[in-house]
Amino acid sequence: MTDVAETGFAIHPMDQFIVKRFFCDAAHADCTSNIKWYEITNVTVWMAVAVLAIIALMVLGSRGRAVIPTRLQSMGEMIYGFIYKMVEDVTGHDGVKYFPYVMTLFLFILFSNLLGLIPMSFTTTSHVAVTVTLALLVFLGVTILGLVKNGIGFLGMFWVSSAPLALRPVLAVIEVISYFVRPVSHSIRLAGNLMAGHAVMKVFAGFASMAVISPVAVGAVTAIYGLELLVAVVQAYVFTILTCVYLKDAVGGAHH
Amino acid sequence: MATEAHEAAAGAAGHSAGMPQLDISTWANQIFWLVIALVVIYFVLSRVALPRIGAVLADRSSTITNDLAAAEELKQKAVAAEKAYNAALEKARADAGRIVAEAKAEIQADLDKATAQADVEIAAKGAESEARIAEIRAGALESVTEVAKDTAKEIVAALGGKADARGITAAVTAKLKG
Amino acid sequence: MVELALMGKYIGAGLAAIGLGGAGIGVGNIAGNFLAGALRNPSAAASQTANLFVGIAFAEALGIFSFLIALLLMFAV
Repeated sequence: MTDVAETGFAIHPMDQFIVKRFFCDAAHADCTSNIKWYEITNVTVWMAVAVLAIIALMVLGSRGRAVIPTRLQSMGEMIYGFIYKMVEDVTGHDGVKYFPYVMTLFLFILFSNLLGLIPMSFTTTSHVAVTVTLALLVFLGVTILGLVKNGIGFLGMFWVSSAPLALRPVLAVIEVISYFVRPVSHSIRLAGNLMAGHAVMKVFAGFASMAVISPVAVGAVTAIYGLELLVAVVQAYVFTILTCVYLKDAVGGAHH
Repeated sequence: MATEAHEAAAGAAGHSAGMPQLDISTWANQIFWLVIALVVIYFVLSRVALPRIGAVLADRSSTITNDLAAAEELKQKAVAAEKAYNAALEKARADAGRIVAEAKAEIQADLDKATAQADVEIAAKGAESEARIAEIRAGALESVTEVAKDTAKEIVAALGGKADARGITAAVTAKLKG
Repeated sequence: MVELALMGKYIGAGLAAIGLGGAGIGVGNIAGNFLAGALRNPSAAASQTANLFVGIAFAEALGIFSFLIALLLMFAV
């Protein structure tokens, strides 16, 4: 770890990701070690905020069931239409019944990413534990679904029948590897993007304490904040569309 | 490991590892709450929000379809009404033309009649006037004769002659005729 | 010895970060080619945005891997 404390210039870009007990005063107690699985931490709190925000948007927003929608209802309907169309386009008609699950993933990631951009907040999706769980749910779900729906034929996905016979075993190995790398890239992409963005923002915010370059640093933080807003939405979109792409393998048969 | 140094720098905040994401001791907590959050979101969405929004969207599209059909119907009606209006306008125009022509003819007839009557009246008046003028002229001639006779008589008398009535009358008559 | 290990760690992290440049090139390549294709045939562009994002995501993932290696070297090794 960079030890610059002695120079009076300390940037701790990773400190924002520390998981700690929420109802805990750091001055008097140790808030970070030996956290039990049931304890209420900042992760819990920000996930709860995300859940409440989703409920506010999707349930309270559509409360009126108005034919001419209010602004909130219109937003909810836009997200609904967007994800529904994505699921239908990518996975086909058979995939539409998994739409609620895809919607759950999209909304959770979108709201976690966006809430993480609030200064002093905590980004739950920047944690590998969270994104690996999300990706593994998709991976295991898709694999089990594919095996249940297509039986052993699901494994035919790895046997590229359009390639020359001599190449097929090699391709099969590559396909199997790439299949098992999916949850890794799926999760690390999300966590890495958010972690990198937030860490960069923090580093530039740290530079703002140096008088000479502080105007540049403040400008850079502003610019990166805008970029991070884009990244937050795009990563939620990417995670969702990749979920749909993987889902297509399971429900759309073994063609690859 | 520089973790110790970092920990010293961060003071009371405390660190268990360099990268908080890789601190396995917090994973159970995160995964537990993540699963709860996902389950809550899933049930809220699949039981309440998504069916509702789907229903609203279906409702809206059917409303729009109905409205479009109604609009189409109304448009047909409007076209029919316009056609009827145009026909009525055409008919009214023709009627108006006919009425104008009739009125014109009637007025012409009246005018002709009145003119003829006026002509007749004027002719009658003219004849009457002529008669009266002739009468007046005759009257005037008589008077002239009378005056001339009297004047001649007086003049003769003034000249000292003896007026013979018969002679004077004859003379005057002869003179007047002259 | 500790200093030497520290030095190696930091140099390794810096080298790993070079991989992000490759991801940048890849993403730029995809976006640029998409734009070129979209300008040739704008009517087909809207239907291909999903593929654009999937391609960008795959290209970016590899850069993120090297970023992860850098982070692991910096903070976890």
